[in-house]
Amino acid sequence: MSNRKPGFETLAIHAGAAPDPTTGARITPIFQTTAFVFDDVDHAASLFNLQAFGNIYSRLTNPTVSVFEERIAALEGGRAAVATASGHAAQLLAFHTLMEPGDEFLASRRLYGGSITQFSHSFRKFGWNVIFVDPDDPQNFARAMTPKCKAIFVESLANPGGIVCDIAAISEVAHAAGVPLIVDNTMASPWLCRPIEHGADIVIHSTTKFISGHGNSMGGVIVEAGKFDWSKGPRKYPALTEPTPSYHGLRFYETFGDMAFAVATRAVGLRDLGPTMAPLNAFLSLAGVETLPLRMERHCQNAQKVAEFLSKHPKVAWVSYAGLPGDKYHALARKYLPRGAGSVFTFGVKGGYETGVKLVESVELFSHLANIGDTRSLIIHPASTTHRQLSAEQLAAAGAGPDVVRLSVGIENVEDIIADLDQALAKG
Amino acid sequence: MNHDSYPDSYILQILREVRTIAMVGASPNWNRPSYFAMKYLQEKGYRVIPVNPAAAGETILGETCHASLKDIPVPVDMVDCFRNSAAIPPIAQEAIAIGAKVLWMQLGVRNDEAAARAEAAGLKVVMNRCPKIEFGRLSGEIGWMGVNTGVISSKRKKVVKS
Ligand SMILES: Cc1ncc(COP(=O)(O)O)c(C=O)c1O
Repeated sequence: MSNRKPGFETLAIHAGAAPDPTTGARITPIFQTTAFVFDDVDHAASLFNLQAFGNIYSRLTNPTVSVFEERIAALEGGRAAVATASGHAAQLLAFHTLMEPGDEFLASRRLYGGSITQFSHSFRKFGWNVIFVDPDDPQNFARAMTPKCKAIFVESLANPGGIVCDIAAISEVAHAAGVPLIVDNTMASPWLCRPIEHGADIVIHSTTKFISGHGNSMGGVIVEAGKFDWSKGPRKYPALTEPTPSYHGLRFYETFGDMAFAVATRAVGLRDLGPTMAPLNAFLSLAGVETLPLRMERHCQNAQKVAEFLSKHPKVAWVSYAGLPGDKYHALARKYLPRGAGSVFTFGVKGGYETGVKLVESVELFSHLANIGDTRSLIIHPASTTHRQLSAEQLAAAGAGPDVVRLSVGIENVEDIIADLDQALAKG
Repeated sequence: MNHDSYPDSYILQILREVRTIAMVGASPNWNRPSYFAMKYLQEKGYRVIPVNPAAAGETILGETCHASLKDIPVPVDMVDCFRNSAAIPPIAQEAIAIGAKVLWMQLGVRNDEAAARAEAAGLKVVMNRCPKIEFGRLSGEIGWMGVNTGVISSKRKKVVKS
């Protein structure tokens, strides 16, 4: 396109893709191959040394996956992206580039339960120590800052509750301390929130959710904003600034500048840890992301109506949806999620644990499963499922107490969605 | 030329027209950024002639390294500067003197005064960019690294140079 800046809807369909140069195929083909031929040994050497751009082996790069990476980088307004096998793999790789054994990072206490578990237990085996912080007051991050801290991690819109983080204020705290802000933007998707515009340095997604959007492919992505100076601050990021032994002393930041984090995360993290996105999953996710703006609009409209219905229901004690005017996070939602507060939220049933279990077992249209961001409406009782590894104290902190039910409102007919909840609540 | 944002067409025209590039500050060390760029540009069909007084007389990637631009015995289309911003003015003067058509400064390098002088002498100027990254971006190759190229097109990817 000439010198027009393409809009989000255009990028969602076109960014990164072009007709196949050889066949003219309009849709990005599924490059279902593990490896790619070299022209000669010299070409192979250039590729292995990162001196040429090109494909070697699908653990590192694959043409279908690359289109998906560029698509998400464009939608987030980032410099470059790396796709991974899942959202958890994206988190693992991002921290692998930033952390050394003994380092620390600050994370919001309001996170997806699986992330709390990953950070609290598996990351400790690498010597990466998490410090959880209540994100409601951004200054809590400043107060918890330590000399060994290498990053701050938050979710823009936190799973499971409708908690919205003050990204701009937290990014100021991060930058004053010289650390990057990592934002998991899974629940909002780039259509609702673009964290880089508010100061995030790295954006992470579980693309399993709204981005792919149809509940058919696992995936994750890491987007680098390209604005963080890895060499200037008081804190050290040796994987980016020091010679890399496995690349004969190459320094990523000096060589790749504003895309150094993404290149290092691929060339070292993906190469050595191996959680690559499959080409078929990239293909399905590309098809899904084309309709992201349309789907998110309907998800948000439906969620708003369902939240309003539940907030008036006699068997419902409370609804935590930032789209409701009286909600604690309504003002932050208007700032960071002006197009809608997403479609995943929690509510409390009167009657606690037993009633929550009864509700999820009585629905007929909603699917009782552990996922979010599907076209289908989904329901779960976190305390008995996704969050059951957490202690009672962690459950309360994560907003997943015994009475809590989480919905991921789909894009079916909204009257049908409401009727299903109504009949199931009547049985509780 | 607005040196804060170059139209793709401007960069593309330079990359299509240029054949011989003098690379000032080229390093004989294979893990330095200049060596990466030189090797890549050679593979894309450019002749790249290294200029570096500390390596004069040495051979880098098959090309003899010269002490200064004036020592290069063949016509040069573009001068690519792997030097810091303060070192640019004399290089720009020499680029004008040897009849180069383009003065290119690498990522992080910018000298508006030298650029104005070169432009007044009829040279095209690019600052704070890398020709390897621009070539990779406009040919779509860099998208293989997940980089946001900013290119939107419903046409088959064009070859930048053939
Ligand atoms: C906010 C958030 N982040 C990360 C993840 C983990 O992603 P994945 O399941 O793709 O590994 C999830 C999954 O539920 C999530 O909801």
